[in-house]
Amino acid sequence: MKYVSEYRDADLVKGVLDEICRTVTQPWVVMEICGGQTHSIVRYGIDQLLPSEIELVHGPGCPVCVTPLELIDKAIAIASRPEVIFTSYGDMLRVPGSERDLFSVRASGGDVRVVYSPLDAVKLAQQNPDREVVFFAIGFETTAPPNAMSVSQAQALGLDNFSVLVSEVRVPPAIHAILGSPHNRVQGFLAAGHVCAVMGYWEYPPIAETYNVPIVVTGFEPLDIVRGVLHVVRLLESGEVAVENAYARAVTFEGNKPAQALIERVFETCDRKWRGIGVIPQSGWKLRPEFAAFDAERRFQVADIQAEESPLCIAGLILQGLKKPHDCEAFGRQCTPEHPLGATMVSAEGACAAYYRYGRFTNE
Amino acid sequence: MCLGVPGRVNEIYEANGLKMGKVDFGGVKREVCLEYVPEVEIGEYVIVHVGFAINQMSEEEAEETLDLLRQIINIEDEIGPEGGVT
Amino acid sequence: MSEEKDQVTIHGLVCPRPLVHDDIVVLGHGSGGKMTQDLITRTFYPPLENPALLRGDDAAVVELPQSGRLAISTDAHIVAPLFYPGGDIGRLSVAGTVNDLAVMGAKPLWLTASFILEEGLPMFILEKVLESMKTAAQEAGVVIVAGDTKVAERGKADGIFITTSGVGVIPVGREVGGAMAEPGDAVLLSGPVGEHGIAVLAARGELEFEADVTSDVAPLNGLIETMFKVCPAIHVLRDPTRGGVATTLNEIAQQSEVSIQIDEIAIPVTPPVMAACEMLGFDPFYVANEGKIVAIVPTEYAEAVLESMRTHPLGEQAVRIGEVLDEPAGRVLMKTAIGGTRVVDVLAGEMLPRIC
Repeated sequence: MKYVSEYRDADLVKGVLDEICRTVTQPWVVMEICGGQTHSIVRYGIDQLLPSEIELVHGPGCPVCVTPLELIDKAIAIASRPEVIFTSYGDMLRVPGSERDLFSVRASGGDVRVVYSPLDAVKLAQQNPDREVVFFAIGFETTAPPNAMSVSQAQALGLDNFSVLVSEVRVPPAIHAILGSPHNRVQGFLAAGHVCAVMGYWEYPPIAETYNVPIVVTGFEPLDIVRGVLHVVRLLESGEVAVENAYARAVTFEGNKPAQALIERVFETCDRKWRGIGVIPQSGWKLRPEFAAFDAERRFQVADIQAEESPLCIAGLILQGLKKPHDCEAFGRQCTPEHPLGATMVSAEGACAAYYRYGRFTNE
Repeated sequence: MCLGVPGRVNEIYEANGLKMGKVDFGGVKREVCLEYVPEVEIGEYVIVHVGFAINQMSEEEAEETLDLLRQIINIEDEIGPEGGVT
Repeated sequence: MSEEKDQVTIHGLVCPRPLVHDDIVVLGHGSGGKMTQDLITRTFYPPLENPALLRGDDAAVVELPQSGRLAISTDAHIVAPLFYPGGDIGRLSVAGTVNDLAVMGAKPLWLTASFILEEGLPMFILEKVLESMKTAAQEAGVVIVAGDTKVAERGKADGIFITTSGVGVIPVGREVGGAMAEPGDAVLLSGPVGEHGIAVLAARGELEFEADVTSDVAPLNGLIETMFKVCPAIHVLRDPTRGGVATTLNEIAQQSEVSIQIDEIAIPVTPPVMAACEMLGFDPFYVANEGKIVAIVPTEYAEAVLESMRTHPLGEQAVRIGEVLDEPAGRVLMKTAIGGTRVVDVLAGEMLPRIC
């Protein structure tokens, strides 16, 4: 597959790994903050191939994992209504709420449908004028432009039966929260490549300077990831604090302007609760007042739903890179992909799910 | 948040007031919204996430990167992994 | 049952004569009376005809083979859409049961097929499905000796449900089974993975993508016989269906209490299947197949079996994908494309497109 397969070339990857081995002289802790990168690392066994001096830590980069429990409960409440067609990205269907998940809502007769694109949800609203179509708009910055477009399109088409349940989160405030924590061990950062494709990476130099942490914009294929690691290790070894772009084929400094413009038009920043971490100020987006009519929380009056997490779950510590999945007592026992207790086991990209699927039960 | 796949734009048209296109991922084709890549032309590559092109993919950068990395291996072959001449 | 009041049963002369419904299936077709009889003789018998079936008795009577053991299997089939590139529910039902028997080392002989038809189903759909079953049965060299039909009310049967059972004979001396893999064995795969799953997903239209992919659904007994010709002592045969090759290998690893180690680079995937999987976030190793064989054979036979498979149209791309080891027992490991290692787990739940 063009521009994918080349970045899985074993020889090229080995070349970069050898260069990393030649460069590293001391231990470093590097965090990646993207579920897609976690998935790739564990799927290809990249962290096992890196020299042992490099510890890769998986940050809160999975929008499914960080969606708060009460939002899942709200989704379930809305989806259970007979007039609603509830649409969602596939990742969310298996996430358990306090009592059940969207799959079981479907089994009990709720009309819950997976869509690949938010515009498919808008199409459903056009085709079903007598039903209420709700779209579960989760994601980081990568997904914000598509999610925003669904709202602006619904408005442009004059649809009054379409609304969105928003759970949009932003990466830079999360990085601030992690690096600013007194327990922080992270010394270098791999920035999420597709988030930066949309937003650019102009937000990162101030972060790098504030915390003295080099940041490298990194892609997702094995070659991209090891290149990202190589760049960050070179910076760490030389003591230079800088922001570099190791995913130049998809990312520019300013990012995608039209996409940013639409985000700006539809959303405004707000505080958001990150499952397992807590409220991070200004770390999310919500609909602007002029789009309030499309806010599913208001339309279906579910704003008051509250929820409580399992006491066994240490997802918050894992998301901040302070613990690994196998440090958790419930990992692989009470908590498995079939019966997830918390954020990081729920999505395939959550650190715990990735570790479980790829067999990391011990500290190797 | 990041499942983005490169694909080649084969067709460009308008639907419901939006710039749309048919993108080919190598035997699989899908309609993709091109509103965020207004300057893209047929034959160029885009990164697609949930049915939207979130950015154009620079083939030039892609080739440069691969060339650079291929050079690293070639140099290694010449000088050997420990740095001595083979 | 509420059906009774809508049934039309003809006893002798009735005035006015009931309409002949021959363009759609109606409840009367399931009543057991003349309409059912007409449906059977006009629609079911012609494509499926064979002496045992045409006798029209309550059960088919066949001659037992002189030696060997019987293998018996049954499957229920639900698929949406009913027709997709490369196949349909009819072909799927025949191939599915034939393959279940064939992977036990049996020569499949007789199938039964019972149908639940939804009221309102266009008759031409039923005819197409039956024609497809005829073709698949001929390819496999089996006969459908007994059948049954019922009609469910509109909305209660999604078009057609088919249940097939099959009987085959395992020749004396042949022993194949999931618990028979041994350390040192070679793991073989008959061809590219994921074609059926992607073809059906594309045909369903919900995710709105076009894929140049055809389902691989096919009876595999012919291919399997070419393998036994050169290796009488094949240890394990499986046709990996839902859950993909990954799930099948896990089942074998657990049954045999061995470890199976796979080379990712060796697994064949066609470009469009790969592209569809990349777009949706699927792993082709977990996507359904309906016309592939996983075989575990003593390593000294591996080359000969592969050569033999490649002479058959369904095995042209057969490859060795790995080997069986002692440890870690019950686990499937994969050497990844870049040289790392990962554990291959079973598929947990339905595969859903992801954004992450």
